Amino acid sequence: MMCTTCGCGIGQSLIAGHALGKPRKAGGALRFRARQEDIVQPQRGTQQHAVLDFGAGAAGTHAPGISQSRMVKIERDILARNNDYAAENRHYFSAHGIFALNLVSSPGSGKTTLLVKTIAALHGAQPLAVIEGDQQTDNDAARIRAAGAPALQINTGKGCHLDASMVGQALQRLGLPDDSLLLIENVGNLVCPAGFDLGEAHKVVILSVTEGEDKPLKYSDMFRAADLMLLNKCDLLPYLEFDAGLAVDYARRINPGLKVIRISASSGEGMTEWLEWITTGCRNAVAAKSRIAEPEALLE
Amino acid sequence: MHEISLADNVLQIIEDAASKQGFGRVRTVWLEIGQLACVEPESLRFSFAEVTRDSIAQQARLEIIEIKGQGWCDKCARDVPLPALYEACPNCGSYQIKVTGGDQMRVRELEVE
Repeated sequence: MMCTTCGCGIGQSLIAGHALGKPRKAGGALRFRARQEDIVQPQRGTQQHAVLDFGAGAAGTHAPGISQSRMVKIERDILARNNDYAAENRHYFSAHGIFALNLVSSPGSGKTTLLVKTIAALHGAQPLAVIEGDQQTDNDAARIRAAGAPALQINTGKGCHLDASMVGQALQRLGLPDDSLLLIENVGNLVCPAGFDLGEAHKVVILSVTEGEDKPLKYSDMFRAADLMLLNKCDLLPYLEFDAGLAVDYARRINPGLKVIRISASSGEGMTEWLEWITTGCRNAVAAKSRIAEPEALLE
Repeated sequence: MHEISLADNVLQIIEDAASKQGFGRVRTVWLEIGQLACVEPESLRFSFAEVTRDSIAQQARLEIIEIKGQGWCDKCARDVPLPALYEACPNCGSYQIKVTGGDQMRVRELEVE
């Protein structure tokens, strides 16, 4: 599965420079220019802008009438397939005591710099690896490797988010040791990654103070999906008109339970709290693994 | 967001159903899309027409049933309508609202022949 909203073409996703797998239909590249007759005219007839109650709306058009057609119940979530892959990833993480985080933000929020500092701080104390998602280039994975952590680059080509199947394939190549921390740096995009569960323990959204305070309102899906917000580049606050309190207030309108850490990868402000949050998560993941493993050990 | 990707998933669900239940053509597809789901219905319509070309759902009619957003207001301790994630409680103005419904994206049923 691949999002091609940002362009067209299938088969440009790469993991560490290698093709991701076969596209669903061989040669089935999506052409983005609809012929005029194929464009479904928006909101025809009685459906126009109607907010329909569950079950009420379809009744008028549901009857198969005199044709030989029949109705087939489906009742399936559109993202069911991604969710199935995500469940596999989550099972893998819990069986191996891996604490996985899905880091999401706009491009330029300072994710990679923050990761580099995080790796430097945890180096030697905590086994960890990074999956880097970007449309193109191996630059970020190279920066992570230079910081001393194993990193695998997924290039999504024209796609605008990582999906659970891509991450599952990356996991097969990474061979993470048990009790690792896995940091997944998603494609810089505050929209699409919100809907795609990768099997992670938490989504961590990074908002930098050089952006707008109202981004949580503008991109509410992402701020709702996250469990932690890192307000990054806080060392720059004296030079900006950014109202940090207002940004936090907006984020908590969307997600009242959202935890917030004010941080600066450059000055080190907030790093201790962030590292403690990670360490607690890792400890809990390891403890949960032991609880899963014990009943199996008894059976052996 | 990613509506091509979603439309592609809808087509896969249809094709799975076709191979299990043995139908050859799809006339109508009913989707339930919650007001709070992260999908833009008009973009999904456009994408659906694109990805279903040369498939069993080619030129199928797409009916999108919009499901109202619902939330639970902690302060009022009751269900309230929530048309968008950034909205306040219509009774007390609080933002302490948990989403309880209207965030789904589902294929409900098909009219096939």
